[in-house]
Amino acid sequence: MTELHAIIRTTDVVKKFKLGNQELEVLKGISLTITAGRYISIMGPSGSGKSTLFNMIGGLDKPTSGKVFIDEVDIAQLDAYELAWLRCRKIGYIFQTFNLIPVMTALENVTLPMTFAGTGGDESVERGMELLKTVGLAERYNHKPSELSGGQQQRVAVARALANSPAIILADEPTGNLDLTTGEEIIRLLKQMSEERNVTIISATHDIKMLNVSDEVIWIRDGRIDKIEQRHELNISIGTIE
Amino acid sequence: MERLVELPFGKSVEIAYKSIRVRFYRSMITTLSLVLAVAFLCYVQAGNTIAEGVLISGDKSAFTAVMKAGYDVAPGEMSIGGSAKQRWIVVLSLLVCVVGIVNAQLMAVTERFREIGTMKCLGALDRFILRLFILEAAIQGVIGSTIGAFVGAFFALVSSLFVFGTLAFAALPIAKLALIVLAATGVGCLLSMIGVIFPAVKAARMEPVEAMRIEE
Repeated sequence: MTELHAIIRTTDVVKKFKLGNQELEVLKGISLTITAGRYISIMGPSGSGKSTLFNMIGGLDKPTSGKVFIDEVDIAQLDAYELAWLRCRKIGYIFQTFNLIPVMTALENVTLPMTFAGTGGDESVERGMELLKTVGLAERYNHKPSELSGGQQQRVAVARALANSPAIILADEPTGNLDLTTGEEIIRLLKQMSEERNVTIISATHDIKMLNVSDEVIWIRDGRIDKIEQRHELNISIGTIE
Repeated sequence: MERLVELPFGKSVEIAYKSIRVRFYRSMITTLSLVLAVAFLCYVQAGNTIAEGVLISGDKSAFTAVMKAGYDVAPGEMSIGGSAKQRWIVVLSLLVCVVGIVNAQLMAVTERFREIGTMKCLGALDRFILRLFILEAAIQGVIGSTIGAFVGAFFALVSSLFVFGTLAFAALPIAKLALIVLAATGVGCLLSMIGVIFPAVKAARMEPVEAMRIEE
């Protein structure tokens, strides 16, 4: 039986922002543990601190107080090189606005993280094509983002996030800019990737469709954790969702 | 355990080149100011050198021709340096050019904030971003300066032809002209790199969070 380990752990994270003269406390002490290999959704209304927490977990921002541990490493102790390594190898990011590099083709976008990781040309092209095939975009490898639809761009983004076989994928509102059907496709794709590759997926979202596939849902309200629901609890409280 | 991220130099050149090619018209406008400034610099210098060549050729009409052309030479002098006013105007035009480049590059950084933030999320170090911007400026600098230098030298030759007639070609200081073209190209490249430093540093220091959506 594989031992479950906490891939992400936060202890009493507080984040304050300075707005002019005032100090705004966005996160008011968040402590949570995320075990590896699960599909977690962080849900909450706008202004609840969802994005801020997301940035903390993803190593993009440092807390004002409290600690964030990624794979039991305190990220506040990491220097710029180690942070870059973390973002390159351990974490894959998916954004609401896709954020593909516009001057590069789909394949080049997918292989860019591999270049940073030091993978050679041929190997990266091979792996890139394989990833594109997995997301169903093998024929579009030569197209630039401007020549791809929103859903296709997001699929390239998913392939890119998987480029260096990360342990964690952070998805920030992945379906925010997509219509209903495309959004569902992406959610299904993410779930499939999570199961096939045993990646921990953490998504911050408004989208109720995510609830279907999540193993655990963390509700954030007003800078604090409102409640944490496991999958079986969800089904009971919400009922069936199309 | 290997804990490093890298960006091979060849790859960064490739990325920089592609960025320029895709934003072709924008790059052209940035480079245009450089072309004009370098052309002017080269024109003035080349003009001086050609006039000097005419003076040295020892032709009887040489001296009067050069005086008529507007160059300030005392009888018996064999070299033509730029006047203070001429130097001022050239320096000014180069300064205007640099300011233009700084402005254009700052705009580019602002436009590409998402791209920069995303690259950082993919693991790019600050100095990769710096390198990319500087390489872009270097490539634009080389192309723009070379074109500018040749254009400037060409116009200097043409106008010398009008002013001095065939005298101009009698003692054309080819070696010196080549050196001037080279120097002007070098100056242009330098200006391009100087102009990009502040914007590039700004880009490199950008936080990856900026690539994420801003929650309203």
